Amino acid sequence: MNDVKCECGHVNPHGTVLCEACGKVLDENEINNKELLDMRYEGSARRSQTYNKTIIDKIWNFFSSVKVGVWLIIITLIASTIGTILPQEMYINQPPDVYYEQEYGWFGKLYYQLGLHDLYGSWWYLLLIAMLGISLVICSLDRVVPLYKALKAQRVTRNEGFLKRQRVFGVNEIASENDLTTIKKQLKDRRYHVREENGDLLAEKGRFSRWGPYVNHVGLIIFLFGGILRFIPGFYVNENLWVKEGETAAVPETGGQFYLQNNQFILQHYDKNKDKTFEKAIDRAGAVVKNYQSNVVLYKRESNNLPGEKPKLKKVTDYKVRVNQPLTFEGYSVFQASFRNEMNAMSFSLTNKKTNQSAGNLKIDLQNPKGKYDLGNGYSVEILNYFPDFEFAKSGEPTTKSRVPNNPAFVFRMTSPEKPKGETSFVAIKQTIEPFGDNTYKMAFKGVDTKNVSGFIVRKDSSLWAIILGGIIFMIGVIQGAYWNHRRIWVQNKNGQVWLAAHTNKNWYGLKSEIETVLLGTKFSIPEDRLQKENTDKEDV
Amino acid sequence: MATLSSNLLFIAFILYLVATLFYGGSIKTKKESNEKKGTNRWGTIAVVLTIVGFISQLGYFITRWIAAGHAPVSNMFEFTTFFGMALVGAFIVIYFIYRTTLLGLFTMPVAILVIAYASMFPRDITPLIPALQSYWLHIHVTTAAIGEAILAISFAAGLIYLVKAIDQTKSSKRTFWLETVMFSLVAVLGFVIVSSVFSAAGYHEKFNWADKHGAEAVVEYTMPALTGPHAGELLTKDGFKPLVEMPAFINAKKLNTVIWSLMAGLVLFGLIRLVLRKRIAAALQPLVKNIKLDFVDEISYRSVLIGFPVFTLGALIFAMIWAQMAWSRFWGWDPKEVWALITWLFYAAFMHLRLSKGWHGEKSAWLAVIGFVIIMFNLVAVNLVIAGLHSYAG
Repeated sequence: MNDVKCECGHVNPHGTVLCEACGKVLDENEINNKELLDMRYEGSARRSQTYNKTIIDKIWNFFSSVKVGVWLIIITLIASTIGTILPQEMYINQPPDVYYEQEYGWFGKLYYQLGLHDLYGSWWYLLLIAMLGISLVICSLDRVVPLYKALKAQRVTRNEGFLKRQRVFGVNEIASENDLTTIKKQLKDRRYHVREENGDLLAEKGRFSRWGPYVNHVGLIIFLFGGILRFIPGFYVNENLWVKEGETAAVPETGGQFYLQNNQFILQHYDKNKDKTFEKAIDRAGAVVKNYQSNVVLYKRESNNLPGEKPKLKKVTDYKVRVNQPLTFEGYSVFQASFRNEMNAMSFSLTNKKTNQSAGNLKIDLQNPKGKYDLGNGYSVEILNYFPDFEFAKSGEPTTKSRVPNNPAFVFRMTSPEKPKGETSFVAIKQTIEPFGDNTYKMAFKGVDTKNVSGFIVRKDSSLWAIILGGIIFMIGVIQGAYWNHRRIWVQNKNGQVWLAAHTNKNWYGLKSEIETVLLGTKFSIPEDRLQKENTDKEDV
Repeated sequence: MATLSSNLLFIAFILYLVATLFYGGSIKTKKESNEKKGTNRWGTIAVVLTIVGFISQLGYFITRWIAAGHAPVSNMFEFTTFFGMALVGAFIVIYFIYRTTLLGLFTMPVAILVIAYASMFPRDITPLIPALQSYWLHIHVTTAAIGEAILAISFAAGLIYLVKAIDQTKSSKRTFWLETVMFSLVAVLGFVIVSSVFSAAGYHEKFNWADKHGAEAVVEYTMPALTGPHAGELLTKDGFKPLVEMPAFINAKKLNTVIWSLMAGLVLFGLIRLVLRKRIAAALQPLVKNIKLDFVDEISYRSVLIGFPVFTLGALIFAMIWAQMAWSRFWGWDPKEVWALITWLFYAAFMHLRLSKGWHGEKSAWLAVIGFVIIMFNLVAVNLVIAGLHSYAG
């Protein structure tokens, strides 16, 4: 492909619409057009507008189109709304195949079957985001390179056709040297960068705002890149950790390096007698939680020890883990996420059913029950079977759902002087079964000890730096592009007259009022805004 | 302190109302010229009233902050009121850039409606739940609200554009949708009126009802129940018997409020139309005669340009920082988060359409209206209907 040489002598790359140096219209179709120039991207040669032969050209052209980009945004937008109709999978605590139908009927079932319960993790949503990312890269590259070249190559003296076809344009028959000096001075006062060539003038400011969109796109790409990093093993840790009061547990995914001891879990509510200001609100809402807190100690393992050996721990720190105040160490953060109250021990009394006389009490540690409890005087209780989380299996056999004592049940053998062989009794919460007929003794329920269990989330996110960097760059770019404008004012000698033309990438009202201040005290006439004139002419009818 | 705070808010509200009248006055007397720069006396008074009102509302904000011990942006009333205040603040800023009182005539009623709407929610000072106990509450919520308020100015400017540009001599899709926008504003007023009337009358009725799991509960209506709860049993003597009973998955109480508001809105709208004998938008048209279309278009676009970075910072970036600290993840696809993203995507699309597809003028004005609808949806529907982690806002 051939480069195009303009009559001003500048050699433009193939596909250029407006000469980079003087602004002359190079595109044959455009030359005789009387309308205002399309100043987008300075009429530079964009790859997408120039080549359309190979498959790469076609892909490039597809993704470089803002139209495609906007469609991608709109599709992502609509898809995102769909995911908010029903709660997503991660916010429900039940198996999704049951939950959706049970809660929302046929609609919920359909929602689940279409995979909308995990919309934001679905392959097609990720594909949409990926396409947006590609569009961001290609759109930016397609425009920023030629735009940069064109703005760099621009000369002060511009082609007549270029000036005439600017939106803000005015002609002055004569201009005194004085007027020009005043204008130059006032332009400089308004922080314009003024260049002169053969008595022609180009005043420019805020060019850097043109890079704003590209800078913010770079920020977005880094941000999305940060999102991809998560999929690398080890970059992202997200584990639940339950630690009972008084116990110590290894922090998951730290390779057994760190241990967390939970000294106490604290749950506080607002007290309407103390917090008088909130009295009415507390009355309205019932109880309002003031604080969830776990007092913990963080330990680090001192040395590598043999498997099975108890690790030697060295205290690192005491910390009060609260909501909004995670414990952070070596890239890991431990968050206060939830808590539960767990049964810790149960007390029974071996009681004669007839006389109601107790033969002794026993307390069973639900985590670690003993096999036999000797109550003295010939009385003893043996645990034949223990179901921490009892339920009847489908076969009718008693069984346990988990190791967590949510619903403990026991099979006891009670030995007494009257019944030296022992009597068997099955005891669960609120039920007792005596499988071999009437017993003389029973295990009377005395009470239960509970302990709090703190629920922590252990998180490590090594992609955060990319997210933060991307966010910062995005903000810089978006502010750069939104809060500054690229303004140019040309004052040039043409045909013995002095022409004044101006262009801004946005905020024309601001540009026009600035021109008025710049021309203050000179005989220059205020240039007219031809777009607005057309507009108001139409509207005034 | 709390009483002083409410009084200051009330004063601000009244001042905004009066200011609106003066904005109206400043337009009518301005027929003679559109070239002469500057604001006339009515306009100046209106702006002064607005600023005094704003300061008064700022006083409300500060005194309530002192009373509560935290920034008053932690429940629906406080947040919405703050949004109204931010709207007035954003208008004041834009006014000093573009010096047009007409924008005030369109912005102030919106701000007044927003504040009135806010006052229909419980106004008690609420304690902060643990998740909210962070200085990021102040930073994130206020920045997000200010961003949304600036974006809302583009709605007001867009509305001016549409009122002026749309031909009201024949009915078309455009006149229909513009009138729909007007009706929505009237319907908000309808909500405020029915809520106030029933609350002033002290209306209450209680129902026993069964939720979708069959669990029994008591619900208290503050308006006569047109739509009764599922398996509802009226407990209040002489209470209004529901006309229809709703299935369990519909929140009958909220639906009832919506129906009452729409009915009041329709009656009000009907009365206005009866008095005006033309569309509301048509009646407003003479007011906007002297403004140039591309001038309002620019105000609208400029507001988006100013508001978008603020919104991004407040509603996404600060939100992510806080979410990382409170919930251990910066992004979790909670409905409120998703709707902030949707708003952001929408305005991103808006700017791209404008920049490269040349969607200026009327198309751009419609987009500004849609953007405001999305913001309001996020404020109202997401808090009250979809809920999720941000549900304490309700």
